[in-house]
Amino acid sequence: MPESLRKLTWPLAALAVLLLFNALLNPEFFSLHFAEGRLTGSLVDVLDRATPVLLLSLGMTLVIATAGVDLSVGAVMAMAGSISAVLLTDVGMPVLPTLLITLLASLAAGAWNGLLVSMLGIQPIVATLILMVAGRGIAQLLTDGQIIPIEGHPGFAYLGGGTLFFLPVTITIALAAALFTAIAVRYTALGLFIESAGENPTASRYAGLNVRAVRLLVYTLSGLFAGVAGLIYASDITAADANNAGLYLELDAILAVVIGGTALSGGRFFLAGSIIGALIIQTLGTTILMTQIGGQSIPAEWNLIVKAIVVLVVCLLQSAALRQILTGKGVRG
Amino acid sequence: MTNRATSTNSPLLELRGITKRFPGVLALDGVDFTLRAGEVHALLGENGAGKSTLIKVLTGVYRRDTGSMQLGGLEIDPQNPAQAEQLGISTVYQEVNLIRELSVAENISIGRQPRRYGLIDWQACRLRAQEALAPLELSIDVTQPLRTYSIAVQQMVAIARALDQQAKVLVLDEPTSSLDTAEVEQLFRVMRQLRKDGMGIVFVSHFLDQVYAISDRLTVLRGGNLVGEYGAESLPRLELISKMIGKEVAQVADMENRHAATQAAGPHPVVLQAQGLNRRGAVEDMDLKIHSGEVVGLAGLLGSGRTETARLLFGIDQPDSGTIEVDGKFVRKHGPRTAIRNRIALAPEDRKEAGIIPNLSVRENIVLALQGRRGWLRRIKRAEQQLLADRFIRALNIATPNSEKPAGQLSGGNQQKVILARWLAMQPKILILDEPTRGIDVGAKAEIENLVTELCADGMALLFISSELAEVCRDSHRIVVLRDRRKIAELTGEEIQLERIMHIIADEQPTEEAEDRTDA
Repeated sequence: MPESLRKLTWPLAALAVLLLFNALLNPEFFSLHFAEGRLTGSLVDVLDRATPVLLLSLGMTLVIATAGVDLSVGAVMAMAGSISAVLLTDVGMPVLPTLLITLLASLAAGAWNGLLVSMLGIQPIVATLILMVAGRGIAQLLTDGQIIPIEGHPGFAYLGGGTLFFLPVTITIALAAALFTAIAVRYTALGLFIESAGENPTASRYAGLNVRAVRLLVYTLSGLFAGVAGLIYASDITAADANNAGLYLELDAILAVVIGGTALSGGRFFLAGSIIGALIIQTLGTTILMTQIGGQSIPAEWNLIVKAIVVLVVCLLQSAALRQILTGKGVRG
Repeated sequence: MTNRATSTNSPLLELRGITKRFPGVLALDGVDFTLRAGEVHALLGENGAGKSTLIKVLTGVYRRDTGSMQLGGLEIDPQNPAQAEQLGISTVYQEVNLIRELSVAENISIGRQPRRYGLIDWQACRLRAQEALAPLELSIDVTQPLRTYSIAVQQMVAIARALDQQAKVLVLDEPTSSLDTAEVEQLFRVMRQLRKDGMGIVFVSHFLDQVYAISDRLTVLRGGNLVGEYGAESLPRLELISKMIGKEVAQVADMENRHAATQAAGPHPVVLQAQGLNRRGAVEDMDLKIHSGEVVGLAGLLGSGRTETARLLFGIDQPDSGTIEVDGKFVRKHGPRTAIRNRIALAPEDRKEAGIIPNLSVRENIVLALQGRRGWLRRIKRAEQQLLADRFIRALNIATPNSEKPAGQLSGGNQQKVILARWLAMQPKILILDEPTRGIDVGAKAEIENLVTELCADGMALLFISSELAEVCRDSHRIVVLRDRRKIAELTGEEIQLERIMHIIADEQPTEEAEDRTDA
């Protein structure tokens, strides 16, 4: 079995276990209804709600493959929401140019990270921490710290709430982004360059790869996808909420990538794994919301703890060292 | 050499029958080493001879498997470097192993800071640092972070730390490799003073001039075995080299005068020309010319500027001055990418750090440079990659079950072949091989040497760097001899003789006897 499929085994197993759990406790989890021209149900809901983290995790996968990390994606989401709100409501710009400018700004935000990392050699965690703080600050400045409602723009509302192919349009957007990324990395030599540069930057440079350009590109892409996620979020809540949009989502995205089998040390990456990781995280959230034990639902306060436990289990399942200990072969120092 | 009297004392440090085994390697095999108080004792040997293992055993980094260690007549068994320091054995490494961000004063007293009321007494700490530095004739601001000072000063601080600990044994591991001449002189003054004060100094260096300038006695290791212990005056340099590389001076001439390579044909064009390359601490005034279809060997001891020259030619380092021409055109803004565009390739000395991408497959490792030159948009089709990989796996006889095996899981020799394949796939005009046969088995070595001969027959220009002089002699049409970062000789055709090169490296005129033999 090729490595890419083997790596998917455990994330898929975890997802299957979660779904099985639901099949036993919440039979209605799998029920689908057709209403108002679209399918509804928990499964659709999971896919719809997973899109922001899924989008973030696509860019994050490539960044992590270069042995970096992008902490700023949540803040870029907030920035994207604020920029589009200001352009639509204060400036009165039509929807299409608004989207275009917002995405360009997100792209620039990502490129800023990329410049700090690739040209100035600042450690990724520090470089992106700067924008993690500053991005949300810019978002708050743009909206004067207020939640700005975005109403009367059906085109904008369509992004987060519209229907396409009988499903929420967000699913199509996420799918398109995933396909775009997969094609960009696997049907060009980009994937090879990213993996090579992530695993051994010195050797890659000696082999004539432009390691800096590779780094610049992955952070730029990560910024772009964060912008798309931010637009979807703002459209979904029909408002720009600079304080809460994308809050802590960078952590969910990193978790999704790690669950998906891409190592934080860089090198080989698994886009499909990250997508499954994002779905696991969202399924988990929905499961906790829906599960009833003895007629009582699980208090929302348990959400984070349960999430942490599941993530821990998935990571332990993937740990070669732990498997060796369990199979009695021991670990070598 | 003022104080020979003390060196007749009973030994300060005695190592007997030290053996250290690593998985698959016997790094030290029953090695003895004796250090007296008030002497500078050089520890010599080629790469892999066991010098650094012996030093790491001595300083508690490694535990010995068998053997005994006595310091001042008492059995010692340091478990870690800190314990060795407490026992009075201090080490100064080439890359200073202090904490660059901490102040000089903190570095000198770290782990033993003077305390008052349970808190660190910074005043006393500074005073102690100044006291420790005084005998080294170094007056610097001890409150500044260590990194603000040059490597030379950092080494002095490391020595001061040893003095502060009342070290009896000072180990200097390649201390001079990043120092310039004046700095080396200053270090030697300090070493002479310490010797006079009765300290035992172990000096590891590849610079033989320096070894002879400062050392009282020499211990030579080869392949994990003790070759012998000698007085510095009683072992001429040529003999020392022959002991290091393991060939009797007398045998040498008979053994290695054949070299397979034929005379480089005259009319072949010059493909690479470097003129007056200078880079501080790397090379000085380097001129080099390589014709197509020619193998140029770079001979010299480690640190003589071999690898440094390769790095300059491939654009990894920038020269401070000097020019590089490829096919008669000046190369500007030189970097690996421009080098590759000019069809120069480098198989680097450090296979693991700078060559192989361990988790990528053999196929991916092979296509990497070619794909790099094509750019990311023009991906080499999978089927084409497969053809390339399979072709080179066959041609270079790479032992791998298939092309998809992670390259890091192959043996050293096969990894080296994968890197060669990576470069051959992009059909270079100039191939620089830096230690292509280091650490690989005899069979793979022969294969790589044969490959070198074949490639040059096909018109490629090769620059061949190896620590094994015999290998350089066999495979090169022309040999450039380096010593102390300078080109000191160039030999072609009949002049290429192992013994002659050893003499040149040793900076001695061949004896008449040897001369007669080579003429015969």
